[in-house]
Amino acid sequence: MSHLLEVRHVTRKFGGLTANSDISFNVNENEILSVIGPNGAGKSTLFKMISSFLPTTTGEVLFKGERISNLKPHVVARKGVVRTFQETTIFKSMTVRESIIVAQHLRARASLAGYFWGSRMAHEDVDSFGRYADDLIEFLGMTEIANEQASNLPQGNLRALGIAIGLATDPKVLLLDEPFAGMNHDETMKMVNLVRKVRDDRGVTVLLVEHDMPAVMNISDRIVVLNFGEMIAEGTPAEIQNNEKVIEAYLGSADDEIGI
Amino acid sequence: MIQWAGLAVFLLAIFIAVPAFVVASGRSDLYYTLTSVALLSIASAGVWLTFYIGRINIGQGAFALIGAYVSAILVTKAGMSFWLSLPLAGLFAAAVAIVIGVPILRLRGVYFAMISLVLTQVVTLTALALPITNGAKGITSIPLPGGISIFGLTLIPDFATLENPRLAFYYAACVLMVLTFAAMYRLVNSRLGHLCRSMQQNEELASSIGVNISYIRVIVFSISSFLGGIGGAMFGSIAQSVYPSSFQVADSVNFMLNCFLGGLGYVFGPMLGTLVLYFGWDLLFELGRFQLLAYSSLLIILMLFLPNGLLSLRLPGKKGADR
Repeated sequence: MSHLLEVRHVTRKFGGLTANSDISFNVNENEILSVIGPNGAGKSTLFKMISSFLPTTTGEVLFKGERISNLKPHVVARKGVVRTFQETTIFKSMTVRESIIVAQHLRARASLAGYFWGSRMAHEDVDSFGRYADDLIEFLGMTEIANEQASNLPQGNLRALGIAIGLATDPKVLLLDEPFAGMNHDETMKMVNLVRKVRDDRGVTVLLVEHDMPAVMNISDRIVVLNFGEMIAEGTPAEIQNNEKVIEAYLGSADDEIGI
Repeated sequence: MIQWAGLAVFLLAIFIAVPAFVVASGRSDLYYTLTSVALLSIASAGVWLTFYIGRINIGQGAFALIGAYVSAILVTKAGMSFWLSLPLAGLFAAAVAIVIGVPILRLRGVYFAMISLVLTQVVTLTALALPITNGAKGITSIPLPGGISIFGLTLIPDFATLENPRLAFYYAACVLMVLTFAAMYRLVNSRLGHLCRSMQQNEELASSIGVNISYIRVIVFSISSFLGGIGGAMFGSIAQSVYPSSFQVADSVNFMLNCFLGGLGYVFGPMLGTLVLYFGWDLLFELGRFQLLAYSSLLIILMLFLPNGLLSLRLPGKKGADR
């Protein structure tokens, strides 16, 4: 199997603090891989380096063999690796449909001047954005809230909106930042199904960072575990559940979080 | 349909009703006031555009001054036609904005505002120091705009031969203003406008969906400064003189206030804001030494009760960028 994304010896230091130390793993095409770990393990830092929101200190991240670390976020997005944020990061005064239309920026073929003068290509783009938005809204089951302003949406819908904005860019790899945080069991299961559907129907490879253990065990093909900035384990959910280092790391912080 | 009707009423008002009123009332000084409003609203439109990408711009006076000087120098020293110097003044201001914008547009919020506030002073001091701008003496007796004719057909008459150059300036300023706001309306409702809105609301999210935010920021800032340069150049031509004090920090602040007053969510906000602010100040003249006190108190009250600007009252015939 080919490696779609390769994290190679990535290290990140903040002054004297090492947030990530020599992390290496691969993500295969069409899999769901979760990065887990106790608070402060360096998950978010790793996430930001993969999407080039933060430069690495040493090491690199490759996508299809091409380096994507230490670039600009919009360049990485253009290559097909797109991250989502937690729910507060949305376009507050846009409706769901408007957000999805704006997010199709990378699919635009006409130039900005073309849009200003109203060229034929720009008109075609606008039509295609609208159709694609409607498709995506239906796919995500958001038809009822399509014309609702984002700032009026409840938390669960905001999370789905975040994923919708990410999907609108037509990514190859979608990086999800704690998609299940603060959700109850039913909401979590709905989101798990949604993420699966994204992978199965759209062929998007998913890399997610998460706290919620039962959800991670349920959804992931493989799991990478971080602790104090170091990678302590990698494997299938079953392997991770029986890994002594992992159990130790979690027992050291919060027993009930592990949920096994 | 209501929108087109509103536009027609507006055009009739500024091109026919106002001149008719001036003739009837004999108050030809109104031309100068209204021309100023039209030109200041063009510069304010630029400031509004930088607000649209989430930057508070208190530096438009700098670009207006640059535009005024570039046009004045081209007309007096190079003998160029004013009508050619006008776009060049705008382009020069835009070029300066690109050079300055690349480093300073990384700043957000109050930091960008503070830096932009300094710009006006920097340009004023530069104008005082350079030989080509003639220091504190400024550039005076700039000739009135000449005519343009193609194949013997006069498109624009020579202003110096006109009986009433004030009326000619009024028309020229109104045409420029209408063009500016038509372009702004178009821009805001095109893809660039949508991208600006996405950046205004969340720059990180915008960059995550592949928007090159530093590029868009510089583009928008240069368009904004282009409008400042155009407004300033036309102003210099009417006054027939440019001094380092032609546009000051206070003017930069006023450009920003015009946008606030009219409404940041509405493309036509700066136009209404400029009109109200300019006339408001003049109307309060009767109060003598209490003029500034009354003026500023009124502004505070307006901003308290109408934080989204005058256009949030939804005046008939005025259309917002987002409803």
